[in-house]
Amino acid sequence: MAARDIHGTEPPWGTFKVVGKSHRKVDGIAKATGDAVYTDDIQLPGMLHAKTLRSPHAHAKIVSIDTSRAEAMPGVHAVITGADLPIKYGVIPWTPDETALATDKVRFIGDEVAAVAAIDEDTANAALELIDVEYEELHAFFDPAESLERDEPQIHDNRKRNNVSKHVELDFGDVDTARETADLVVEGEYSFHGSTHTAIEPHCAVAKVSPDGVLTLWSATQISHYVHRALARVLEWEPQKIRVIQPCLGGAFGGKSDPFSLEFCVAKLAQKTGRPVKMLWTREEVFYAHRGRHPMQMTYRTSATKDGKITGVDAKILIDGGSYSSFGLVTTYYSGQLLTGPYAFPAYRFNSTRVFTNKPPCGPKRGHGSVQPRFAFECQLDEVAEQLGVDPIEIRRKNFHGEHTRTVNGQRITSSGYMECLDLVERGSAWRDRRGKLERGRGLGVAGSMYISGTNYPIYPNEMPQAGIQLKVDRSGLVTVFSGANDIGQGSSSVVRYLVAEELGMDVEHVRVVAADSDLCPVDLGAYSSRITFMVGNAAIDAARKLRGQIVGALAEHWETDPSNVRLVEGRAIDLDDTERVLTTREAIEIAEAKCDTLGATGSYNTPTLGGDYRGGTIGASPAYSFTAHIVEAHVDEETGRITVPKVWCAHDCGRALNPRLVAGQIEGSVYMGIAEALLEDHRVNRFGLHSGPSLLDYRIPTAIDTPEIEAYIVESIDPEGPYGAKEAGEGPLHSAIPALANAIHDAVGIRLRELPFTPAKVLAALREKRESERSGAAAAAATGTTGSKAMDRRGDLG
Amino acid sequence: MGAMRPLQLDVNGDRLETAAPAHWTLLEVLRYRLGLTGSKQGCDKGDCGACTVLVDGKPVLSCLTLAATAEGSEVRTIEGLRPAHVQEHGSGVDPVQDAFDRCGALQCGFCQPGMMLSARALLDETARPTREEIQKALSGNLCRCTGYTQILEAVETALAESLGDEPERPAWSREREHVREETL
Repeated sequence: MAARDIHGTEPPWGTFKVVGKSHRKVDGIAKATGDAVYTDDIQLPGMLHAKTLRSPHAHAKIVSIDTSRAEAMPGVHAVITGADLPIKYGVIPWTPDETALATDKVRFIGDEVAAVAAIDEDTANAALELIDVEYEELHAFFDPAESLERDEPQIHDNRKRNNVSKHVELDFGDVDTARETADLVVEGEYSFHGSTHTAIEPHCAVAKVSPDGVLTLWSATQISHYVHRALARVLEWEPQKIRVIQPCLGGAFGGKSDPFSLEFCVAKLAQKTGRPVKMLWTREEVFYAHRGRHPMQMTYRTSATKDGKITGVDAKILIDGGSYSSFGLVTTYYSGQLLTGPYAFPAYRFNSTRVFTNKPPCGPKRGHGSVQPRFAFECQLDEVAEQLGVDPIEIRRKNFHGEHTRTVNGQRITSSGYMECLDLVERGSAWRDRRGKLERGRGLGVAGSMYISGTNYPIYPNEMPQAGIQLKVDRSGLVTVFSGANDIGQGSSSVVRYLVAEELGMDVEHVRVVAADSDLCPVDLGAYSSRITFMVGNAAIDAARKLRGQIVGALAEHWETDPSNVRLVEGRAIDLDDTERVLTTREAIEIAEAKCDTLGATGSYNTPTLGGDYRGGTIGASPAYSFTAHIVEAHVDEETGRITVPKVWCAHDCGRALNPRLVAGQIEGSVYMGIAEALLEDHRVNRFGLHSGPSLLDYRIPTAIDTPEIEAYIVESIDPEGPYGAKEAGEGPLHSAIPALANAIHDAVGIRLRELPFTPAKVLAALREKRESERSGAAAAAATGTTGSKAMDRRGDLG
Repeated sequence: MGAMRPLQLDVNGDRLETAAPAHWTLLEVLRYRLGLTGSKQGCDKGDCGACTVLVDGKPVLSCLTLAATAEGSEVRTIEGLRPAHVQEHGSGVDPVQDAFDRCGALQCGFCQPGMMLSARALLDETARPTREEIQKALSGNLCRCTGYTQILEAVETALAESLGDEPERPAWSREREHVREETL
């Protein structure tokens, strides 16, 4: 099967003409001029506007809903409740626990209860006030530890154990012996808070039903294909009569990778009324939709030899999932499975439990499931280095697992440029001259990480390709690429343009891309797990090589020469045997079409068989892993406790930079987002379960003034299986920003912060504690700090 | 729906007549009456800046501006930057738009119409803004994709080119000189 072919990493025609250069994006000018059409820009004749009624209670039974007063209101066209859409769904097929609107109970403040379609938004909002809902309040869970221990009331029915959403316990090697025989064991408790995506575009969906029953949904989604499947299931409507289109998307970061209530509601309301229906969520509603970073309580124990070799890692993690499953099954695995690089250690155990609480549902945010454990572990590595008197970069070099190896949990590692990443940030930051030598209050910290380029776990089990591309050729010399991939701003449509232009020796502007329209494009699974460049990129090369074969074959026949003599380069076709023979791409296409019939090709990609031979062994098994190193400079004001980050150096191994400017943009955006969630952002609810500040004023994302100077370095390890050697760049470079900051704070003022976010109050408390313990003479405790340093005491409870 | 109010607005040099509920904002009228959807709604309460337009040359949050109060002023939206630069066959954009495209400032692009108008206003008003002045001028426009770095580079590129200077190369590209030679 062509899908599993490895295309090689070399340029198709001697040197790269397109790849490696910072070409414009395929949609850049449209976005610059306001021409690009986002979902809310769609206006259809006769379109109705829909709004959602949301729960005011964190946990309650719905006793009754009366919509009659709302239905009677002039201008209201339809009102729906859970009874209209009772079928459960969920992005992971094994955990369908969501309904578009609550059927029997509500599980967080903001949960969807009813929807109204009206002549305009004002009328729809007024009608929501006329829906009478009687609730019977239930005990609400806000503390994940309580969810773990208390079985009544259950947030979701029929759980095997209390309010547990997922439990994973995996053991590799002998962790206990490693600890018993270690020269040094570092233990600590770490707390990672919640954060959310806050893409600047709020969720929006528009549905229209044609008279023949075809439902078209335009949605701001990063997973069109799963939305298509979920719509068919919930609406009980033939999937052939559903078309899902993702218009230009205003950012996602994982926040648009579930099927959402509004998609089902506009579809149902359009079916009920026969009119187009739009729903645009307010910013407040986007905070309720959430699916952001899971809060995690983590206990880590790292064992090491006296010369700094890590011998074992033991982790126990309690994950606060919020009110629904979302990707939680995968999150629970990722919290353990993705920690096993870039360092080799012979023994590893993790015990992760995700529980439900009555809060907005958590899900995948950039660096899904692995940002939190990475924070804990890279802080521990820093402590190991400190206690052994080893340079923190050296300890990372010493434990590097190398290239073309296997991790302790059975994941195959191919290329790794991690050592070069460390070299670059070390040099760029002048680490050797500056670390530990800056004035008091200023420090440098380092950390590293690894992330997947997609995985071989296709969400719903099937043997079909994970990515597909179709090429259509016009006699004008234009090639149109039909790509199922969701371009969420990361540039996936641009990447397929570059790859096809490279393979066919064409000007990039003569390759256009149509993306994410289920009627037009072959299936791609979506923009998540950093899978698109690797998988769709390989599919694009596969398709372009087949088309190239047709064109080259036809020209060889035409010129009566061997196909190996035919070159397609820079918009021309050349016979190497007789360089007088030169055609334009357009002429070549005409000759090929005359000889081969209508031109076109499809291409696909599927991962090879990967992963450990155990339950869950394929989750987190990636065809290639990216690697990152960060050095953060932190300034800590000991009077106010305020931390500022003037500069971050980040080196990222993306395999090959297909467009270095876009890679740099991903690195910079990741660094910004990581530092932001460490210092400013906090997604939480108050003691009643009410969101603490669902606005962009209260939830503080950084402005241009708050963002550190970022020095991005691109490392190219040239992966043997990536498209021309490329790997991911969109999520990896977030991870180690946060522990590098924590380690920099330690270098600056000698405190170890183990609880995120790093607020001034926590800094001041840690400084106070440090002073007190120094005064009381407990110098040894002060060296490692005491916040959260406890033995693991919960392990027995979960076993 | 409230009472309709007739509106006479001067938008991108055109005198336009429309009507909308009296409480509608300039953003709503631009987007949903005049079809000028380049101005975006990210929060609808003045926090994000995606709705920024120029009113008499000054950046204004159109989601906090009643449409009626814009009567008698010159409103410029993102769609209004291009016409002055149109070349033969209809191509051409404002140098700020071109620099944003070339410098990678347009990831998802949703915040950028507002961002580019803030940048345009700054460059129209200030001859040689420093990086700090640019950061300050853009600080009312939130971007979630770029970490602002390539946005700042884009504004500085547009500025440098308008002065006939060579724009400074970003750090990632300076460091890559030797890397490219090895891998090509």
